[in-house]
Amino acid sequence: MDLTTFWFILIAVLWVGYLVLEGFDFGVGMLMAVLAKDDRERRVLLNTIGPVWDGNEVWLIVAGGATFAAFPEWYATMFSGFYLPRLLILIALIVRIIGIEFRSKRDDAAWRRRCDTAIVIGSVVPAVLWGVALANIVRGVPIDADKEYVGGLLDLLNPYGLLGGLVTLSVFLVHGAFFVGLKTEGPIRERAIELGVRAGVVAAALTTLFVVWTAVRDGGTAVWILGALVLVAFVLGLLSAVARLDGWAFTGTSVAIGLLVVMLFAALFPDVMVSSLDPLWSLTTTNAASTPYTLRIMSWVALAFTPIVVLYQGWSYWVFRRRIGVQHIPV
Amino acid sequence: MEVLDLARWQFGITTVYHFFFVPLTIGLSVLVAGMQTAWWRTGDERWLRLTKFFGKLFLINFAMGIATGIVQEFQFGMNWSDYSRFVGDIFGAPLAIEGLLAFFLESTFLGLWIFGWDRLKPGLHLACLWIAALGTVLSAYFILAANSFMQNPVGYTFNAEKNRAELTDFGAVMTNKVLLATFPHQIVGCFMVAGAFVAGVALWQMMRHPDRDASTFQPAFRLGAVVLLVAGLGTMITGDFQGKVMTEVQPMKMAAAEGLYDDAAPAPFSLLTVGTLDGSEEVFKLEIPKLLSFLGTGTFDGEVRGIDSLQAEYEQKYGPGDYAPNVPVTYWTFRAMITAGGLAMLAGAAMLWSTRGGRTPSSRWMLRAAIVLPLLPMAANSFGWIFTEMGRQPWVVFGLMPTASGVSPSTSVAEVATSLAAFTALYGVLAVIEVRLLLRYIGKGLPELDPPRDRDDIDAPLAFAY
Ligand code: HDD
Ligand code: HEM
Ligand code: HEM
Repeated sequence: MDLTTFWFILIAVLWVGYLVLEGFDFGVGMLMAVLAKDDRERRVLLNTIGPVWDGNEVWLIVAGGATFAAFPEWYATMFSGFYLPRLLILIALIVRIIGIEFRSKRDDAAWRRRCDTAIVIGSVVPAVLWGVALANIVRGVPIDADKEYVGGLLDLLNPYGLLGGLVTLSVFLVHGAFFVGLKTEGPIRERAIELGVRAGVVAAALTTLFVVWTAVRDGGTAVWILGALVLVAFVLGLLSAVARLDGWAFTGTSVAIGLLVVMLFAALFPDVMVSSLDPLWSLTTTNAASTPYTLRIMSWVALAFTPIVVLYQGWSYWVFRRRIGVQHIPV
Repeated sequence: MEVLDLARWQFGITTVYHFFFVPLTIGLSVLVAGMQTAWWRTGDERWLRLTKFFGKLFLINFAMGIATGIVQEFQFGMNWSDYSRFVGDIFGAPLAIEGLLAFFLESTFLGLWIFGWDRLKPGLHLACLWIAALGTVLSAYFILAANSFMQNPVGYTFNAEKNRAELTDFGAVMTNKVLLATFPHQIVGCFMVAGAFVAGVALWQMMRHPDRDASTFQPAFRLGAVVLLVAGLGTMITGDFQGKVMTEVQPMKMAAAEGLYDDAAPAPFSLLTVGTLDGSEEVFKLEIPKLLSFLGTGTFDGEVRGIDSLQAEYEQKYGPGDYAPNVPVTYWTFRAMITAGGLAMLAGAAMLWSTRGGRTPSSRWMLRAAIVLPLLPMAANSFGWIFTEMGRQPWVVFGLMPTASGVSPSTSVAEVATSLAAFTALYGVLAVIEVRLLLRYIGKGLPELDPPRDRDDIDAPLAFAY
């Protein structure tokens, strides 16, 4: 396999890691608004992700760094082109970090309400915008012969892009609910699963529409198959939730999100950003790539360290595997 | 204003801001790990209470570091897309490795440390903090590798067809001589910040609440003050080395730092100049003969090049243009760095003296000094970086790419103005929140220790929760 292809796959893996992991962080953040009845319940929700959310977010940072190292042109075009959405995501992530980290640092109802708002907004905004961005990359955006984005903000707000945003929003909500179902005990767990199942029906409908639309646009068999698998995994997750198989429900949404990302990357390949002006101007795994020498070094680093990272992150989930309920929240 | 100016302001503001938190994170992670180690080895509960107290302050600071760090990671692509295209082949690698090696370590093991008090055995729990501390130091190395390439490009060739710099020797990039000088200087600079922070907070507690845990804060104060002084000496030694490297690879920066227009051998070190710095008029100046020669070359009568002759040389080499950085800024930030660091060391030494033999000082001046102390090395770090980065101008990659060519061509003034305004406003609000929280926790003093809990009781409250 070509090194450029290898790096395309690796970046897809990083996005899978990021969206599967931070996907439930976003979901839990949104649930702070609707699921919890009082401060203690909100703290239960917050503490399901407390020890792990930062490690999850680093997947994004590494995805960004890896894109910069392996496909500098992609990094440059994407982030300068999607300027304002990118800015919104950054601000939302900052606001959310501050909300999560500082909420319990003061015992003051007004302060905590403000932090809750920060967490909810900071979860909803990126959940939508990542979907919009990914969908647009696949759909194609105005990129000129110099690899510069020449569109505006409105070019991104097309029906397909917006649908992508709704899909990630709704799927992350369900994913977060099933995570809460897996990590908590008591009434909040019941409510989370019920809400997850109800929202899951809407999410399934939106995802079906999006998957079919993507597959029709692309036309390739691989995309059709992957799309079908996304739906199967998601529906199996929902059914498991109905049967109160918490682990399987969460596995279902995790696999569905992972496959959704894989499907989008499969539809994209061998491009990395499609130009809607002229297919010749699209950024591809070859014309956007770094030199083979850089890719080779980065490959060794990635092969050596990614497994280690996965191991110790997995271990940290194991350490915090116990369910928590309101009785565990110290006063 | 043009996109270029706005983009530069944005980069300067966001990076300097990110860098208020970073040195404290790097230094304090090690000091808190040291405190916890002291408790682990001796079982002395005073160290445990100090660990929890400074650990809390560390975490408040850390949250700001990560919140502002994310912006850094994507900013190159947003505002500096042509720069990213030009250097991505080289510059991207250390950035990606920083994430993979350092940030994953930091974030995962800090999570384990914060929430793991009752989930991990004490030794393992302590190891988590040491690993996170290692992560912060690694992250400094890799990001400085990226920055050092901008100061002194090595291990690359220029590909004219693709118009970009391409990596030919990764080892050379990771052992850039600027990096080998910058990294130790930076690390000791971080320890000065953390030492001053611990010393200042501890002394303040001892003086304001002499009846409350003064005997516990005493050893913390000593630890902080000694770290401050040792690291301060370290900044001088490493800074001297860095000055020599800088004179070699960026002589223009040294000339500008001294406001030295004509070649001189031996060159004096200018302590203070009053008057115009464009060289036309000097009202008053104070200098130490031959010192600059020594700083720059290691001998007392080595030649130090002046701005005018370098300008002439660069015009020949790179074509017409202005190759001198902003002289007043470089001149004064260089002095401000050294002065702020020196003041911090003086204050630290005076405080150590005033606490000899277990005394607690009572003068109002000492109390004020304790409050200002942590700010001094922090300021020295910011000045040092502003000096380094402004002194590199007009280049973004020295000798290879002018700053003006690095900016994103497709980004509009409105966009950059929006992001500049948004980040500045947001960062301003966060600063207020952060400072208030820190003061609040500093004011509270040492936490009481919880009674030991029954590890088998599955309904017992968590030892720590958000
Ligand atoms: C506590 C902070 C601190 C203190 C007390 C000092 N420095 Fe420093 N200095 C830094 C913190 C710093 C820094 C912020 O960390 C910089 C910016 C970039 C870098 O590598 O380190 C820096 C840069 C920097 C540079 C520029 C390197 C370049 O542009 O390539 C030189 C020549 C020195 N320092 C020299 C000194 C000397 C001779 C000092 C004292 C006698 C000194 N520094 C004290
Ligand atoms: C080590 C990682 C760093 C990298 C890779 C880096 C890179 C850059 C880049 C790309 C620019 C914009 C182009 C320019 O104006 O030259 C810049 C400017 C600047 N940076 Fe850094 N920087 C780093 C660290 C820092 C730190 C830690 C500080 C301060 C605390 C700092 C302060 C500044 C300032 C003040 C400017 C604006 C200079 C000007 O435009 O005149 N930098 N840097
Ligand atoms: C301009 C270049 C810089 C970039 C792109 C950058 C990137 C980042 C990012 C993405 C984070 C968040 C990590 C997380 O979520 O855990 C971060 C935090 C951090 N950065 Fe930077 N950074 C820059 C400058 C620097 C410099 C110059 C240093 C050190 C010498 C540094 C050291 C750190 C450290 C230690 C952290 C950990 C958290 C904290 O700051 O409290 N960074 N940085």
